[in-house]
Order: sequence, then structure tokens, then C-alpha cells
Amino acid sequence: MTANTLSKLSRPQAGSLRRDRAAGNLVTYLLLFAGSAVMLLPLAWMVTTAFKQTFEVFMFPPRWIPERLVWENFTQVFTMMPFGRFMLNTVLIVQLNIIGNLVSCSIVAFAFARLKARGKNVMFYLVLSTMMLPFQVTLIPQFVLFRELKWIDTFLPLVVPGFFANAYQVFLLRQFFQGIPKDLDDAAAIDGSSILGIFWHIILPLSGPILITTAIFSFLYHWNDFLAPLIYLNSESNRTLALGLASVLTYPQGGQGQWQVLMAASTIALLPCLVVFFIGQKFFIQGIALTGLKG
Amino acid sequence: MRVLPPQPPVTLRRNLGWERQQERMFYVLISPFLIGFLIFTVGPMIASAYISLTKWDLLTPAKWVGASNFTDMAADPLFWNALRVTAIYTLSSVLINITIAMLVALLLNRNVRGQQFFRTVFYVPFVVSGVAVAWMWRVMYNPEFGVINLLLSYVGIEGPKWLASSAWALPSLILMSAWGFGGSMVIFLAGLQGIPLHLYEAAQIDGATRLRQLWHVTLPMMTSSIFFVMTTGIIGALQAFTTVYVMTSGGPGNSTMVYGLYLYNNAFKFYKMGYASALAWVLFVVILIVTLVQFRASRRWVYYESAS
Repeated sequence: MTANTLSKLSRPQAGSLRRDRAAGNLVTYLLLFAGSAVMLLPLAWMVTTAFKQTFEVFMFPPRWIPERLVWENFTQVFTMMPFGRFMLNTVLIVQLNIIGNLVSCSIVAFAFARLKARGKNVMFYLVLSTMMLPFQVTLIPQFVLFRELKWIDTFLPLVVPGFFANAYQVFLLRQFFQGIPKDLDDAAAIDGSSILGIFWHIILPLSGPILITTAIFSFLYHWNDFLAPLIYLNSESNRTLALGLASVLTYPQGGQGQWQVLMAASTIALLPCLVVFFIGQKFFIQGIALTGLKG
Repeated sequence: MRVLPPQPPVTLRRNLGWERQQERMFYVLISPFLIGFLIFTVGPMIASAYISLTKWDLLTPAKWVGASNFTDMAADPLFWNALRVTAIYTLSSVLINITIAMLVALLLNRNVRGQQFFRTVFYVPFVVSGVAVAWMWRVMYNPEFGVINLLLSYVGIEGPKWLASSAWALPSLILMSAWGFGGSMVIFLAGLQGIPLHLYEAAQIDGATRLRQLWHVTLPMMTSSIFFVMTTGIIGALQAFTTVYVMTSGGPGNSTMVYGLYLYNNAFKFYKMGYASALAWVLFVVILIVTLVQFRASRRWVYYESAS
């Protein structure tokens, strides 16, 4: 009975209120559509520029839609520099990081979410504290370390750290693992399952969405990562996409006058991120939201 | 002789073994983190502290100079410039980001149709990042042929020179960072959807207007999300590097020389490893203080639903 009155109260009671609401909705939609246009404009401008002829890029006033689609801009990206090689390098580095992050972070997160141990809180604060540490503090000594190991101009400095659990993804996975009913562990333990058995047979099979989210995070981060490749890779054949993109202007055909080629290269570089996002967005957005909730 | 019930002792013994096993396994399983923490964080931090007290160009042996890197810093106008630029960049980009993200999340939370579509559209810029995006904005900001000044010309405004002007370059970078508000928006939206409806019902019974509901129900319930977005946003913005490197290289006239870039230049352009390490430690202390102050201040304004 109380619930009934409440639900009635929460609805608009009079016609005028409903009209107000309709007007409000109209404004809402106008704002949302205008906002969407603003959000998509940069990407749209990048894509249309990528299809323009040279003179169209430098036309005043600028032209929105190119006269004809110049697909050669995209092939030129691959002929003016070893862009295919850059892509392969990036794919290799990204793959290894996804594997490293998934394995190491899920194991560590499992321990934090499901096991009882003395000193666990202290350890967790240690994990969280690394989030506050600016990468610049460890940048130079890490460079020195990898130089001593003769790892400069190899992929090792970009891949090996990925196998040692990072705070952000541990936190994300832990948040999810904690939400899985604890009874399942106890039941499995009574049935004689080992701790690793619980991880493998109970937790992992229930964690598909968050594992996908973690993988997407790794993909996006390492696909776009710039600073580490900039510092550790020297030779052209080792460059990643980000590094190659940043050096476009140093190639004879990629100079200032070749914006359409630059935008074609940028489009190619961003496309995989968009595809991965659209395929996994359901999991991904849930995952992001999860980080904002307190643990 | 009393007969004890047979069950409890058995399970108890089992449980004790189980607990010891858990504790052992806990440290085994978190070892990837612990080993990485020692090799890639603790070790480098100690090394960095040492390097910050030396002069070192990577080629000749490091020379101990005591605290002189830090006293040099105090007299270095470029250091103060980098601090100022970074402070402006961080404060404005985080503030703008949170404001837009909150407004859009509130709009989307009005149960609009197509909520998922809009959420995706607003989120997309957050997914793309790095060098490609920096190029994209550089082309858009071009004073003569870029789309931004084209749009401004439609409404009769002659746009500024953006990245080429020392007055507008930093605002250009801030504006560009606002484009990525989608990450915060998704967190806010999740927060808004987690506010129990009965709070609004109670407020309605008390005759609260929508504005008052927003002020007295929604905002207090959102403070923990805002706090999270603010702290992580500030830490991230203080370390900005890639976009600045690609778009302006710190120019024109050091007007966009953010701290991260100034530090990078000292280390990998001028090979002043000692000075760069000293810069890194100052940044670390700044982040530490800023974060601690935020946590301290948060007790006054952040509301956590379950205090336990």
C-alpha cells in the first residue's frame, strides 16, 4: 500500500507537468544531438581529409566533402614508409602484452579478492600506491637498467614489464572477482579442490566479461603507447605505429604539404581501436564503470 | 570420559590447514606483482634518488654533486615555467572534464531513448588516443585550412592562430583534452544509476523541486565518483606528454612546455640524467602532496554510502 502511493507520487500528476517534461525532453535531445556532432566532427574531418586531393586540403574556404575519393592516399602511406612493418611490430608487442597482463593480473587479483592472509591490506596499499607514482620517476633508471641488459632497440623493454601485474588492471579484476559469491569457493574446497583449482574452475569461467575488458585495455594502451617505444626503439625496422606516425614528417613524401597522407595514416592507426571498442563495448563500458565504484 | 562430537574437530583441523595454505598461496600468487614492484619500482626509485644527486650524461661516469641539482632547479626559470604551465593545464582540463562529463551524464540519465547510442558516441574519443589523435587535432587547428576556424567563420568570428600562437597554444591543448570526457561520463552515469530511487521519492514527498533534488540528493550521492575521477584525472594530467610532444613540442616559446616534456627533454635530448631525475622527484612529491591534500579534504565533502 505504501509502495503504491509512492509510485503514484513519483509520476507527473498534471498535464502541465507532462508538457514541461516534453519540452525538457526536446531540449535534452537537441543538446545530445549537437553534442554528438561535436564529438564526431574531429574523426569525420580526419576521414574526409584522408580522401582529399592535395589542392583540396589547402582550399579556402575548406571543402567538407572531397570531389572524389582518393584511395591512393592510403596506398601511399604504405609506399612512403614501411607502415606494414610498423603495424606488424605493434601487433606483436600488443599481443604479448595482452597475454602478460591477463595472466599476471588475473592471478594477483584472484589472490587479493579471494584468499585470506596476514598483511593482505598492506600489500594492497602497495599496489594502489604504484598508481600515484609518476612514470617519470622510474623512467630514467629503467632506461639505464634495460641499457645494461643490452635490451635497447629490442621489443623486450616494451613486453617484459607486461608480465608483472600492473595496479590498474589488478584493481579492476579484483573488483569483479569480489562480486562472485564466496560460497562457490567454500563448496569447491569441501569437494577437495585446490586453491588453483578454484581459480581455474570457478573464478575464470565466470569472469569472461572482465577478462575481455582487461584485454581491451591492454590493447588500447599498448597500441597507442608512444613514450616507451620513443625511448627504447631506434632503428626504423623496429618502429611501432605510434612511432612511425610521429616521424611522418621526416619522410620525403610525408612533408607538410601531404596532410591527406598524414590523415590516411592516422585513420589506419585508429581504425583497429574503434573496431575493438565496438565489438567489446558492452563489456568495456561496464568495466570502466566498475573502476569508479568503491572497493 | 566424555565423548566429543566427531564432526567439528575434523573440519576445524581441515580449516586450519586450509587457512595456512591460503596464506602461503597468497604470497606465491601475488609474486608477479611483488617481483615487478621490486625490479621496476623500488629499485628504480632508489637508483633515481641517487642519480638525482649526481651529474650524469650516460657516457662518462656519474659525478656526485649533492643537492646542487635541486638548488639549480630553484634558479631555473624553465622549471618554474613548466610548473606553471602544468598547473594551468591540469586544473583547467580536469575541471572542464568533470563539468562536461557530469552535465552530459545528467542529461543521459533522464531515461532518454537511445541512451546507449549517445553513451557510445560520447565515449568514442576516450578510446582513441596517442599520436594519431594529436595529428588529427593539429590539422583541425590549422588557422587557414582547419575546420575549427572554418566553423568560427560561419558565425563571423575570425579564429586565433591556435597552436601557432603562444597565447592560444595552451588553451588549444586544454580544449582538445576536453574532447575525451567520455571516460569520466561513463563513471558518473554508473554512479547516477546507483542512487536509490527511494531517496528521490522521499524528496518529492517533502516537496523538493528538481533543482533542490539535484543539489541535495544527486550531488551528495555522486561525491565519491567525483572524487575518484578528480584524483585519477589530476595524476594523469600532471604527467601529460604525448599530445604535447606531437602537437607543439612545448612551443611556441615554451608556452606549452609541460613538466613531463621538460623532464623528457632534459633526460633524452640534453642527456642531463641527474637534473631530470631531480625533476622527477619533485614531480613525485608534488603528486604526493596534491593527492594527500585531496584525501584530507575529501573527509569534508565526500559521502560514502556504507562507512563500514
